[in-house]
Amino acid sequence: MYILIAGGGKIGANLARSLLRDGHGHEVTLIEQRRDRYEHLEHEFEHQVQLGDATEIHVLERAGIARPPDVVVAVTGDDEDNIVICQMAREKYGVSKVVARVNDPRNQTHFDLLGISATVSATVSIMALIEHEVPEHDLIHLLELRKENLEIVEVQIDKNAPAAGKRVEKLKLPHGSRLISITRDGRSEIAIGSTELQPGDQVLAILQPGKEDELRRVLLKS
Amino acid sequence: MRALVIGCGRVGSNVAIRLADEGWEVTAVDEKEEALTRLGENWRGGFVLGHGMDVDVLREAGIEDADAVVVATDGDNTNIVIAQVAMKRFDNQCVVVRILDPARADFYSELGLRTISPTKTAIHDLLEAARACEIKPREAIPN
Repeated sequence: MYILIAGGGKIGANLARSLLRDGHGHEVTLIEQRRDRYEHLEHEFEHQVQLGDATEIHVLERAGIARPPDVVVAVTGDDEDNIVICQMAREKYGVSKVVARVNDPRNQTHFDLLGISATVSATVSIMALIEHEVPEHDLIHLLELRKENLEIVEVQIDKNAPAAGKRVEKLKLPHGSRLISITRDGRSEIAIGSTELQPGDQVLAILQPGKEDELRRVLLKS
Repeated sequence: MRALVIGCGRVGSNVAIRLADEGWEVTAVDEKEEALTRLGENWRGGFVLGHGMDVDVLREAGIEDADAVVVATDGDNTNIVIAQVAMKRFDNQCVVVRILDPARADFYSELGLRTISPTKTAIHDLLEAARACEIKPREAIPN
């Protein structure tokens, strides 16, 4: 695959490194705006890194945006730049897959509004991991599948929860939701109709956004 | 009529002042407090301190009731995103946006933004001015 990466910071450089590692056979071009960073990267990536502002059309064209690349990855430290890079790649050059970094989670709504759906935010991911580690938690979002309009959440069954002691098939789960798996004492199994929920179980569920409260009522609220 | 001017530098502040003079109810937005001084001592309009990417700031500045939105911060890409938020999220029908880079200005006007590119205007005016010079015939170079 041909992959164009805009932004040669830690994320961009490490992505390029991983993609170029033996065996993958990918072709990568990295674009970095800051001269000091570029010179540093050039030692390692040679002709595979280019100096310039990746929101400028001539810089993108020099990097081969018109071929077009199979994937364009916008991981600069600036959300506006990442949005513009993705829009130009997709709308002007017909790049089918764009991936963007969200630096400030408050800007997530702008990415969503403009249809840039494959986004990654370190803050949001780390928050989910922290919540995952908190022993007493309610319902946490593990993964959002924006394009599919689905999300995967985790809930922990409390001993007072209405679902404790019940079989999955007896639960009145909201429409548009399904239990995926149960983790008990560190071991996981796929949730089927006859699976019985017990206090302390970690349950993964897939559901449509907005169904969280209904799911909470069925599984958690006593 | 209500106007929102986002980015209150040399360009934005003058647009804000002129619109206010023409009777518009104007609110200016800038992330720097000094920007308020550009509006002059007689400024009667509104001023909201904050970044135009922040929807709470836009709401506080009255984007939901604005008849026109002028986006003129010093960042092309910032302007591009704010203008699209004003159009698509707040359904504002009249959004004008400053984009210095002519190539990006062309691309986003194809996508439906009302873009103004001062760089393009400068190129055009400089060309016209150069063409309009009266050129005296040069003296023949002696052999």
